Amino acid sequence: MDDVVHLRSTVCLLGRFPALSGVDLSVTSGETVLVAGANGAGKTTLLRALAGLVAVVEGEAVVLGCDLRHDRHSFRRRVGLLGHGAALYDDLSVADNLRFWARAGRRPTATVDHAMARLGLAGRLAAVPAGRLSAGQRRRACLAAMVVRAPELWLLDEPHAGLDAVGRDILDDLIREVTAAGATVILASHELDRARALATRTVTLAGGRISAEERRAGATVTGASARPVGEPLHVA
Amino acid sequence: MWRDAVLVGGKDLRIEARSRVATNQVAPFAVLVLILFAFALDPDRGVLNRAAAGLFWVAVLFSAVLAVQRAQAVESSGGTGDALRLSGLDPAGVFLGKAGAVAVQLLALEVVLGVGVVLLYDVEPAGYPTLALTAVAATLGLAAAGTLYGALAAGSRVSETLLPLLLLPAVAPVLIAATRASEAALGTAALPVAAGDWLALLGVLAVVYVAFGVVAFGPLMEEQ
Repeated sequence: MDDVVHLRSTVCLLGRFPALSGVDLSVTSGETVLVAGANGAGKTTLLRALAGLVAVVEGEAVVLGCDLRHDRHSFRRRVGLLGHGAALYDDLSVADNLRFWARAGRRPTATVDHAMARLGLAGRLAAVPAGRLSAGQRRRACLAAMVVRAPELWLLDEPHAGLDAVGRDILDDLIREVTAAGATVILASHELDRARALATRTVTLAGGRISAEERRAGATVTGASARPVGEPLHVA
Repeated sequence: MWRDAVLVGGKDLRIEARSRVATNQVAPFAVLVLILFAFALDPDRGVLNRAAAGLFWVAVLFSAVLAVQRAQAVESSGGTGDALRLSGLDPAGVFLGKAGAVAVQLLALEVVLGVGVVLLYDVEPAGYPTLALTAVAATLGLAAAGTLYGALAAGSRVSETLLPLLLLPAVAPVLIAATRASEAALGTAALPVAAGDWLALLGVLAVVYVAFGVVAFGPLMEEQ
C-alpha cells in the first residue's frame, strides 16, 4: 500500500519550542487515524505540519509523495485542513465562499450545490453571509468547502466541535464516505468515543511524540486498494 | 497567475461591495481629512489652492492605509489565511489580485476626493490627461506597496500600528512625485515643474513595487 504520510523522527519548532520532538508515523491510503492527546501535546502542530504550514526542521517527512524538508507547497492543493478558525469570508454568502474555494482549487463550481446539500446548507442558508451563521453552521460550511475541494488527505482538527447531533452524524458519514472513496483522514479530537468509532487506528501524542498506538479490532482500510495516491478523488 | 489575480481581486471587491467598509468608512474618512485641512488653512484660501495637490495625495495616502489594513484583515481572520495557502493559488496572483482590488477602490476614492478638492479648495480643474496618468501610476504604486507592507505587518501582533510606520516612509517618493505631477497639471506649482519627469518617476516606482511584490509576497504569506 502507498504511504500517504511517512514521518520519521520528525521535529517541528514553534518559535524555539519543539512542538513535535521526534514523531514516527506512517499512514496508508484510505486509513482514518485518530490523533489523541492532552492539550499542548502537539496535535494541531502535527496536522499543520502535514499540511505544509509548519516547517519540518529535522527528521523525515513525506506527505503524498512530497518531501516536506524540500517542498512544502506543491502538494497543498491535494490537502484539506479543517482548523480551529473558519476558512470563510464573513461578508460573502455560503455559496459565494464555496464557489471561490472551488475556483481556487480548479474544481468545477457545479460541485458547490452538491456540497451544500451534502452538509445540509442548501436553500435559505446558501445565501446567508457566513458571518451570520451559527458556530455549527460555520463548521458545516467549512466541511462543505473541503467537499468542494475533494482533497486526498483530510486533516480535521476537532471536527465535531460546535456541531449538533445531526451535524455530527453528517460528519461521521462524510468521513466514512471519503475514506471509502480512497481519501485518507487524520483527525485530532478530544471526543474519543465518537472519533474512535470512525478510526482504523488511534495514536496518542504526548510531549510532541507518539507515546501509544492502537489499531481498532476488525478495522479495515476500505479505499486503499481502490485508488492509488495521486489519482483524483470522487465523492458521491 | 493572472487567472488567480482576477479570482482574488474579484473576491476582495465583492467583499467590499457587501461590507460597504470602503463606501461607509474609508471614503467619509478621506473627505473628512479634506474638510479638516480646509478648516485648518481657511484664513487664506490661496494657501489651500496652492497646497491642494499635496493635501489631496495626503488624504489618498491615509485612506490607502485603511484600505490596505482592511484587505489584510479579511485574510487574517479565522482560517482564511491557511485556506488561501492550501488552495494552491499562485502567491504572485494573490498579490496582484489584492493590490488590484485596493487600486480600484483608491481610484474610485480619488474621483470623490477630486470633486471635493474642486469644491472645497477652489481649484480649477486642468490638465486632465496628466492628472489621469498621475492617478493611475501613483495608485498602482500605493496599492502595490501597501499590499506588500500589509503582508509584512500581518505577521506581527501589532499589525494595525506597525503598517503605517512601515508604509508611510516607503511611499513618500510616490507622494512627492504625485504631488509635483498634479501641481504641474493644475498649474499651482510655486516653481515651473515638468510633469513628464515626475510621471516617469511614478511609473518606475509603480513597476518596482509591483515587481517586488510579485517576488516577495509568497514568502511573506508563509510568515503570517
